[in-house]
Amino acid sequence: MTNAALPLSAPGTPSARPVRRRFSWGWLGIVPFLLFAFLFLIAPTFYLVIGSLQNAKGTFTLENFAQLFTPSILQTYENSIEISLVTALAGGLFGFLLAYAVISGGLPGILRSALMTFSGVASNFAGVPLALAFVFTLGRVGLFTIFLRDVLNIDIYGAGFSLYSKIGLEIVYLYFQFPLMVLIIAPAIDGLKKDWREAAENMGASSFQYWRRVALPILMPSLLGTMILLFGNSFGAQATAYQLTGGFIDIVTIAISRQMRGDVLYDPNLGYALAMGMVIIMAISIAGYSLLQRRSERWLK
Amino acid sequence: MPFLELTGIQKRFGDVAAVHNFDLAIEPGEFVSFLGPSGCGKTTTLRMIAGFERPTAGTIVVNGTDITHKAPNQRNVGMVFQSYALFPNMTVADNVGFGLKVRRRSKDQIHKRVSELLELIHLPDKASRYPWQLSGGQQQRVALARALAIEPQVLLLDEPLSALDAKIRVSLRNEIRAIQRQLGITTVYVTHDQEEALSLSDRIVVMSEGRIEQIGTPFEIYNFPSTGFVARFVGTLNVVSAKVLDPTAGTLEAAGQPIRAAGPISGGHPGDALTVALRPEIISLGARDGMNQLSGVVDDVTFLGAIVRVRIRFSDDSGAISFDTFNNPHLAVPDRGTAITISFPPEACLVLDRAEIAAAAAPEDLDAA
Amino acid sequence: MRYAARVAWWLVFIVGVLYFFIPLYGTLAFSLKSKPFLSAYTAILNDPQFVSTLSYSFVAGILTIIVSILIIVPTAFWVRLKYPQLRPIIEFITLLPFVIPPIILVFGLINTYSKQPLAVTNTETGSNALLVAAYVVLSFPYMYRAVDTGLRAIDIHSLTEASQSLGAGWIRILWQVILPNVRTSLLSGAFLTLAIVVGEFTIATFLDRPAFAPFLGLVGDSKPYEQAALALVSFGITWAAMVLIAVLGRGSRSRIKVTIG
Repeated sequence: MTNAALPLSAPGTPSARPVRRRFSWGWLGIVPFLLFAFLFLIAPTFYLVIGSLQNAKGTFTLENFAQLFTPSILQTYENSIEISLVTALAGGLFGFLLAYAVISGGLPGILRSALMTFSGVASNFAGVPLALAFVFTLGRVGLFTIFLRDVLNIDIYGAGFSLYSKIGLEIVYLYFQFPLMVLIIAPAIDGLKKDWREAAENMGASSFQYWRRVALPILMPSLLGTMILLFGNSFGAQATAYQLTGGFIDIVTIAISRQMRGDVLYDPNLGYALAMGMVIIMAISIAGYSLLQRRSERWLK
Repeated sequence: MPFLELTGIQKRFGDVAAVHNFDLAIEPGEFVSFLGPSGCGKTTTLRMIAGFERPTAGTIVVNGTDITHKAPNQRNVGMVFQSYALFPNMTVADNVGFGLKVRRRSKDQIHKRVSELLELIHLPDKASRYPWQLSGGQQQRVALARALAIEPQVLLLDEPLSALDAKIRVSLRNEIRAIQRQLGITTVYVTHDQEEALSLSDRIVVMSEGRIEQIGTPFEIYNFPSTGFVARFVGTLNVVSAKVLDPTAGTLEAAGQPIRAAGPISGGHPGDALTVALRPEIISLGARDGMNQLSGVVDDVTFLGAIVRVRIRFSDDSGAISFDTFNNPHLAVPDRGTAITISFPPEACLVLDRAEIAAAAAPEDLDAA
Repeated sequence: MRYAARVAWWLVFIVGVLYFFIPLYGTLAFSLKSKPFLSAYTAILNDPQFVSTLSYSFVAGILTIIVSILIIVPTAFWVRLKYPQLRPIIEFITLLPFVIPPIILVFGLINTYSKQPLAVTNTETGSNALLVAAYVVLSFPYMYRAVDTGLRAIDIHSLTEASQSLGAGWIRILWQVILPNVRTSLLSGAFLTLAIVVGEFTIATFLDRPAFAPFLGLVGDSKPYEQAALALVSFGITWAAMVLIAVLGRGSRSRIKVTIG
């Protein structure tokens, strides 16, 4: 990387030559970006921060945040966290196995690029069309539901399954979760050097010992980091859940939508606090991901 | 009785034969190098000893036990990789202790052995560092210690120095040899660097295109190459075209001037065209009695520090000869264009036939093996 | 590789493929049940709302890409060339959209821009502009990363200095020297942005825009076959964008990385 060309007038660098210090207009180059980000990203978020710290009369209070800890709202967060956790773990595990299968599992090389393209599509195929696709497949009269009932004689709805419940939402979310895992974990699996396995074998390690002591510990930061990312990915999803359940599932993004639509319990300031709670959880998960990713990059260089 | 014995080893990858009929017996404590250009089969042979490749035919015996079909993790041979292959998630101590941990040694035993080895490689204070905190040379020393920790019967090194800087390469090379002597461990060392092979080895196996060209001590390999390939690959060589005058007397004509080979030229007939190879360092400036003499014109002078390399050309375009003289500030180096005479003993003439020279002169990629 | 392990890996792969294709197949099979054959597809093509919402979303997508390029390319270039110390800050800002999901972003935007004196959402143009602005923000992580990766692959210092010594001004340098060199990664970022915008539901819904995804959600129970056909069309758009990215990425030295951090 080349960062050599620092201007003489860089902040904190006193000019070495006794020339008149010229005012640098260079920073103007990034003003449009900063202005845009401020207007359409930072200011609106800041509005929510301020709003979450005020009551309806506009006086400063922590009441809204205190309200987040009422049982019904806690339950909402709990549902969101549970769904995110389940889909992050299941999607992460399966995505890892799938990526490993095509990279190091001895499958034909062409399957790898096919899977990568699939994953690019599926990880971006969220929202309304995804929800619809599952309704047509796993809904009450969906193709797969009927297939299970008529051909295999398994009546999943009779057994208590519903696509419009938590478990249903989890199944739908997995559709974009495991492909995202495949995309992000693939470089880490590529980074596992063949020499490490051979060195381990050479010193007498069995395949199991190699995985337990070498490969898994090396992959662990990437695995954990990516799963945290999946957690955030599912935590922030709104459109899929909204379309699938018609807004009748108790998760945070839906609760925020209800506040925005001004439903019975309309309290804008509480809505802001809900949003803030969400931002905090998202911020923690993205920070965790970045941290772990940096560590694994150091190892896999 | 040899300690490591390779008999009739062959390796084919599909239709490509990587190693043909490789026979080698290594004595206990011996340091043997496999030397050759990339793709000559030296690394494949090493990997067969380690068990990472299965030979298509042949047997590998270590200390009286046939290990040809043993899994790599059952062989107890230590290997040092070109890429170091240190585990990035473990400290230096954990890397070195890995093989012992796998063997379920006690914590105390592991600790003691790791300390010994870190002492041996002069890195006792780096035990708790991670590989990425070490320089390349330090990492490779740790890799050496790791391979030695399991007290292997044989130590294998696969181009261990080729990823390092020139200076570190020389010092680490000496260290490897010192440690090997101290432990008396039977060692196989793969390299494409002739200087490494010559300076380290008890014996060198020169390989080309999957075949053994010559097995011998560094002295034999350098001074008495048995094939054109060896002569060309090891050291710098002058090649002059020549004509046979009298095969039984061993006389030739090179650059229009008569010279004498050390002995009769087998299979040669008067008038046959062939090639004579000469090492630069055996040629001296000026006419000497009892030696071959050739006269020509100085074409180029290259100052190389301790040595000055002079190239002379002959009137009949039969080629150029370079030779070295020591740099002596009190002696004048001949100027370009001056006529001079050089001398060399008959034993220095390596008589090669055309086919051998063509093979030896083929371009080789020496960067990677 | 042992035989059993190979079989296990094949099984994993097959499960993945089934998970991927069964919902698509279910949707396709359902859309084909309409009588007469393919009538669902002819119906959506004749649906003026389909055409209008899809073109609305495409126009929004293209505007988003243009604005995003105009903002991101000079910034990424400038930061790499002159202000490398600002890179962490810029990178942090471009990552914020991952922390602030669309639902929160639109929540904030509506609150900020629906009240006097900034009542942007009172007019159609205002709402449309706000929608594109929000999409530009959503595109930041992808676009910035794409451009930054593209710039890393070329030596912008030498290119810039060479152009300057030949007498080129800044605009010419950006337009004729830098842009063509990062074209591949820019196009990848652009297609990804387009796919995201065309499928985006939350922001368009809350800004009450006549975009494709809200329309798809509202086609509703009255026209289930059409809805299935539309879902497949939407999938096809995503697929086309990704295939284009894959084709672009092949053999190019700068490749878009969709990862963050």
